[in-house]
Amino acid sequence: MSGMDITEIRNHYSGYVRRKWLLIGFSVILILLLSAFAVSLGSFKLSYSEILMIIASSFASEPTTIEEYVIMTNRLPRIIFAMMAGFGLAICGTVMQAVLRNPLASPFTLGIASAAGLGAAIAFILGAGIGTGMYLVIGNAFLFTLIASGLVFGLASIRGITPGSVIMAGIAISYLFSAMTSFVQYFSAAENLQMVVFWMLGSLDKANWEIITATGIILLITCPYLFWKAIDLNVMGAGDECAKSMGVNVKRVRLSCLGLTSLITAGIICFTGTIGFIGLVAPHITRMMVGGDHRFLLPAAGIVGAVLLVAADAAARNILPGQVLPVGIMTAFFGVPFFLYLFIRRGSGDW
Amino acid sequence: MLGLVGPNGSGKTTLIKCIDHILKPQGSILLGDRNISQMDTSEIAELIGYVPQNSPPMPSFTVFDVVLMGRRSCMGWCVSDEDITTVAGVLKKLNIDGLAMHNFNELSGGQRQKILIARSLAQNPSVLLLDEPTSSLDLRHQLEAMDYIKSLVHSTGITVVVSLHDLNLAARYCDTLAMMKGGAIAAAGPPNQLITRENIMDVYGVEARLLENDGGAPFVIPIKASDAVERMN
Repeated sequence: MSGMDITEIRNHYSGYVRRKWLLIGFSVILILLLSAFAVSLGSFKLSYSEILMIIASSFASEPTTIEEYVIMTNRLPRIIFAMMAGFGLAICGTVMQAVLRNPLASPFTLGIASAAGLGAAIAFILGAGIGTGMYLVIGNAFLFTLIASGLVFGLASIRGITPGSVIMAGIAISYLFSAMTSFVQYFSAAENLQMVVFWMLGSLDKANWEIITATGIILLITCPYLFWKAIDLNVMGAGDECAKSMGVNVKRVRLSCLGLTSLITAGIICFTGTIGFIGLVAPHITRMMVGGDHRFLLPAAGIVGAVLLVAADAAARNILPGQVLPVGIMTAFFGVPFFLYLFIRRGSGDW
Repeated sequence: MLGLVGPNGSGKTTLIKCIDHILKPQGSILLGDRNISQMDTSEIAELIGYVPQNSPPMPSFTVFDVVLMGRRSCMGWCVSDEDITTVAGVLKKLNIDGLAMHNFNELSGGQRQKILIARSLAQNPSVLLLDEPTSSLDLRHQLEAMDYIKSLVHSTGITVVVSLHDLNLAARYCDTLAMMKGGAIAAAGPPNQLITRENIMDVYGVEARLLENDGGAPFVIPIKASDAVERMN
């Protein structure tokens, strides 16, 4: 062990923190450039200056020309929603992995995917649920997601909300809801079945300004709390007992964080379908880049999630001309190679 | 400096967790004249440091990050200069400053144990609870860690409660020992009065011979497990 004096250790640490800020700054620039590029992609070829003009003029008047329509009601909301959904899901994944101390935890650990799937299937196939029109599916997915999380928390709290009990309850509920979905699907007509399957693959087709407002409100309410709890999330990594001895109210933090992540996830995937892979992989990618300190990890993971989803969506819209592939498929195609690259390159210090 | 000794399952760890209010005891635990069950968790965190036997892996955390966790109850969201100085000072004192920027998960069991000690010291506690702090340390690091804890007791007046398996280490470093058996303290007193053949027979069910160490502390040489005593587990 080489000796260092205190100033030297301090310099090392502040350098380490500065590198994290740089990486976060860099990823913010990346997401901005990427979004600008994504807006310009599509069958309507528009230059950056034309797009800027359209966006500027839209503050004054409703879209009239087809170009204005394409940008303002299709591409721009879609990309903004992709950013928000990627950001939210990645943050949820990060928080889940921290409070459950499990690298495989993601918003879907709590059975959320299968619950949303069941809600959507019931809407598509039986036509039953809350809301009308396109809001029938959204309302159902949202409701069932919250029901599933409620069940998981209820079951888990019988044995105390520990990582083990939450994961076990989540798996049980997840299988139950999948089975119910299969049951409903088994008796459905072929065209309805196709709609359910397509919904589950995930897409951003429904993005519009109302959805952006709704999701934005959820994120604005919940994320500050999660960021504020960053230090407690760090300390919980040391184990429940140590976290308690360092003054963290483990139960309360775990329950409130899981509750809020369920709300965020429900608020996102009821619009998109199940695109949960981002929530699993973005935290890992980010942790390998900026380390485990959640004060930096949370915002950075959010931005990485946004980058992944915007890139995946841009690819999904443009790889096959005239066809929009399900974005859920593209996120895996994009995320896995990058994840594996970091995974192979980095050593044993991570999970 | 109080040492807790006793066979496996005799309640050493449980007692330590009760003192830190990680487990809620039925009776009351007084710190000075205050009952800890009436204090809130951050207040306990500022007074009592706890070092567990081992730690779950903490992926992607550097040693500095891990020790910084100890500052949780006294720091805000932003890490202050004082926090950094405290952490750096503790790392330096425990002679693990060279590891500061290493990844916690890549270190050996012994190195991790020292880092956990460092983390609790970063809390600046007035009571330090250590659960088997030397269980995965080699000979040299055992002495280093115990010497450091002992010097801390002398220089800062901090109270240390430490559970130890090694009777000889306990006898050498602790001012008072408490022998635990079946969830209760069977006997307590200064090492040279407590470590007797009768007590070792009673608590551990082991026949032993005693020598005297250079410093006057008793030194136990176990001879054989006695057949006469019923096995507890």
